[in-house]
Order: sequence, then C-alpha cells, then structure tokens
Amino acid sequence: MASIRILVGTKKGAFILGADGNREKWSVTGPHFAGWEIYHLKGSPADPDRIYASQSSAWFGQVIQRSSDGGLTWEQPGSLPAAPGSDAGDASAPAKSESNKFVYDTSLETGRPLTTHQWYDGTQHPWAFARVWHLEPSLADPEVVYAGVEDAALFRSVDGGSSWQELAGLRGHESGPRWQPGAGGMCLHTILIDPVSPARIFVAISAAGAFRTEDGGENWHPINRGLKSQYIPDPTADVGHCVHRIAMHPSRPNTLFMQKHWDVMRSDDSGATWYEVSGDLPSDFGFPIDVHAHEPNTVYVVPLKSDSERYPPDGKLRVYRSRSGGHDWEPLTRGLPQQDCYVNVLRDAMAVDTLDPCGIYFGTTGGQVYASADGGDHWASIVRDLPSVLSVEVQTLR
Amino acid sequence: MIRVVLPQHLRTLARVDGEVALAVDAPVTQGAILDALETRYPVLCGTIRHHDTRQRRPMLRFFACRRDLSAESPEAPVPDSVASGEEPFFIVGAIAGG
Repeated sequence: MASIRILVGTKKGAFILGADGNREKWSVTGPHFAGWEIYHLKGSPADPDRIYASQSSAWFGQVIQRSSDGGLTWEQPGSLPAAPGSDAGDASAPAKSESNKFVYDTSLETGRPLTTHQWYDGTQHPWAFARVWHLEPSLADPEVVYAGVEDAALFRSVDGGSSWQELAGLRGHESGPRWQPGAGGMCLHTILIDPVSPARIFVAISAAGAFRTEDGGENWHPINRGLKSQYIPDPTADVGHCVHRIAMHPSRPNTLFMQKHWDVMRSDDSGATWYEVSGDLPSDFGFPIDVHAHEPNTVYVVPLKSDSERYPPDGKLRVYRSRSGGHDWEPLTRGLPQQDCYVNVLRDAMAVDTLDPCGIYFGTTGGQVYASADGGDHWASIVRDLPSVLSVEVQTLR
Repeated sequence: MIRVVLPQHLRTLARVDGEVALAVDAPVTQGAILDALETRYPVLCGTIRHHDTRQRRPMLRFFACRRDLSAESPEAPVPDSVASGEEPFFIVGAIAGG
C-alpha cells in the first residue's frame, strides 16, 4: 500500500508526518533542527529518500541539510564531522565545507557584476545573500537541486548540495535594478521545472515577477504580460509585480496558475500572457496556489482578507476550489474552523499527494497542518500546535 | 590547547558536547582560532563569520577573560590566559528574538 510523508518546515524546526494510504492515522517526528527556521524541505522525485532542507538563523546564517534515508538521519553535504581527536591542520581533516556557501557569481567567465536592486525607499541597494527560501530537486537526478534565495537569485548544485553555483543570468537580467523586496524580503520562492522540457524552468520573485528560461538557466525572460499591479508606478510594467506563487500540473506544463499579491491569474501559453481568473472569490489576496494531482483544471487557493489584514475573511478558514481552471470557485469548509480563525497560510505551505482521491494539505502560521483525503471536501487537522508553519511538501511513497 | 565554548546551536551542528579543544600554533589570534575551528568542523564554515569576507556575523560576539573581544582585530593575539588554555574563548549568540 502506498504511504504519505509530509515534510513540514516551521519557524522552530522541521517535522515529518507520516500515514498509510488511508491517511487517517498520522505519526509525527521532530523537531528536526530544533530552534532553527526551516524555510523549506523537499524530496527528490527521482529518489524519495533523498530530502533537502533549508535551515537558517539570524545568528548563524544558512545551513543545507540532506537526508538519504527519508528523514531518519541528516547530514550537511560534503561536510562530515572531524574524526574524534583530530587536530586543526591535520591532513586527514575534511575539506572546508561549501554546502552553506551561496556567493553570487561575479566571475568574468560565467557571472554577472554584483549590481544593485531597488530598495524599499526606492534607492539602489547591493545584492546580499540572506537565506534559501525554496529547494527544488531535479526531476531526474537526486544529486541535482536548485535553490531560490533572498536576495533573489537562483543557485544550482550538481553534487547533492555539497557546493552551489549561481545561474547568474537571472540576477543579471537587465531588469535587475528594478526588482524590489516584498514585505518578507526580495526572495526567489517558486521554481517549476517543466517535466516535458526540463531545460525550461519557471521562477517567481517577490517583487519582480515571473521569469522563464528555455536553456536550463543561462538566459531568462520576464513573463508578466497581463499582470496588473496598482502598487507600482506602471501597473502593467514588465517587472515589479509581487508574485506570491505559481503552480503547474505536470501533464499541462504550458498552463500556469498564479496567486499574485492581489489577483489569481492563469496562463495557457507558458507565461507569455496572463489573464485573471479570480472570479467569485471573496478576496483574491493570498499566498498558496496548487493544482489537483489528477484534474489539471482543479485549482486550490486560500483567500486572505487583504494585504494589510493577512487572515481569512470573517475569521473563517476556507480553501477555495475551482474545477473549471478558475473563475468559478467553491468554498471548502468541512472540518476547518469557521469562526475566530485569524491564521495565515504562507506561499509554500500547501501541497497535494498523488493518491486517488487526491489528498490536499496545508499548514498555518498558527501551527496547524490540515489534510483532506478527498480532494478538499472534508478536512481534519493532523497536528494543531506546531510552531508557525513556513512550508508543506508531500511525498507519495509507493 | 585552546578551549572554545560554542553556543548550543553550533554545538549541535558540529555534534560536540561541552568545550572544544584545538591545537593552534603561536601567535594565537582570533583568526587562527576560527581557522582551526572551521578546519576541524567544516560545518561551522559560514556560521560564525562570512565565507568570503571573514567578517564576524553581526549577532555573534567573542568573549574571554570577562572582556568583549568582538571588535578586536582578527590578527591581534588573544589574551595569554586564552593562549595557554587557562581561560576559554567564548563564541556567544546575542540575546535577541522571541
């Protein structure tokens, strides 16, 4: 029987939730990396036991963790502990770790000058690495993984996270000086790899917008035509939009769904043009968006009241589902709190499994992780009192 | 041997308990201590000072002999009692955050 593993990143560590295919009884392990912010964990599609985790702290910076046994044990790639009793300078001591080293590529051969981007006050500000927001393992090779970072850039590792190289063509795009941070920082938070053409990658940045490469990351193009954002001087500018999240169904990689700061958007031409599908949502502000595993036109969002009041409208936690690819939305409420609920659901905190019926999962800033084993019709909490949830990823293990 | 006391999170990361003892050639400086620490525990690279600039991370401090040595030059010798192993070299995380 298939089983489910949920990888939960929180403000104070990582948790792993597990259940068999019935998705009724759950085990909880953790906290892993207790006390650290775990922005994201994700398993390799090519090897589900290979999991990458982004561990960070305002004190100690960025650490990359890797598991090769489904999260039972962890290591820092390429950085095994010294043998007991070994001295500094000992020739047998391990080489210096590069797994935590995210340095923008300014080399003449492959990089771009470390230019500036727009700061909150409109002045120019130098790029500075803060943390890894999102890890996206390759679809085919467990040793290859992409990292979306703050300040916005895309890095790639081809050695299982032991070292990282920036794909500098993105940060070096001519529009870079016009990118600006959102409230949470200038982060690259979404990485989608086209399963049909893996050299085609989509990324999204708050607040620059969405970009696409056709050549594995060498060259990038903004794909923001059709977006309208009233909070920037030119609402239809080619960059500057606060994209919160993009989702894709693997069987239709040319169709993208976007939760923008305001507006739920759809593209049917790989992001070349977008049109709004907010329809009858009670609010089109929100963070996560995801697609049903077996119904490419079934989409889920979690509306929040507004960007200045980031909690559910009317204190009712409602997931909205559209079975028509947008426009027409239905509230999903059974099992979710329908009064006095003022949590947020962050952009990376929703995921789906691939069982039939499809399971939907999301975590809240209040520490709850909710699950639906029937496509959203009924919900139940798996855990209720975790630290604030930053990310949720699901692995369907067969 | 130089005695180094790490904050709890770095002890966990390096998988050590208690103090760390390091052999450091004279003259013993902050920079030499950190070089030795990172060589022994590569996972600590980047967690105490920046990978490239080697600057101390802003929310960490270096204490020894009841003095704050954080602003000292990395090339300045540490106090004799630290160099002799009589006193430990403390790496301390700022008391901040909720």
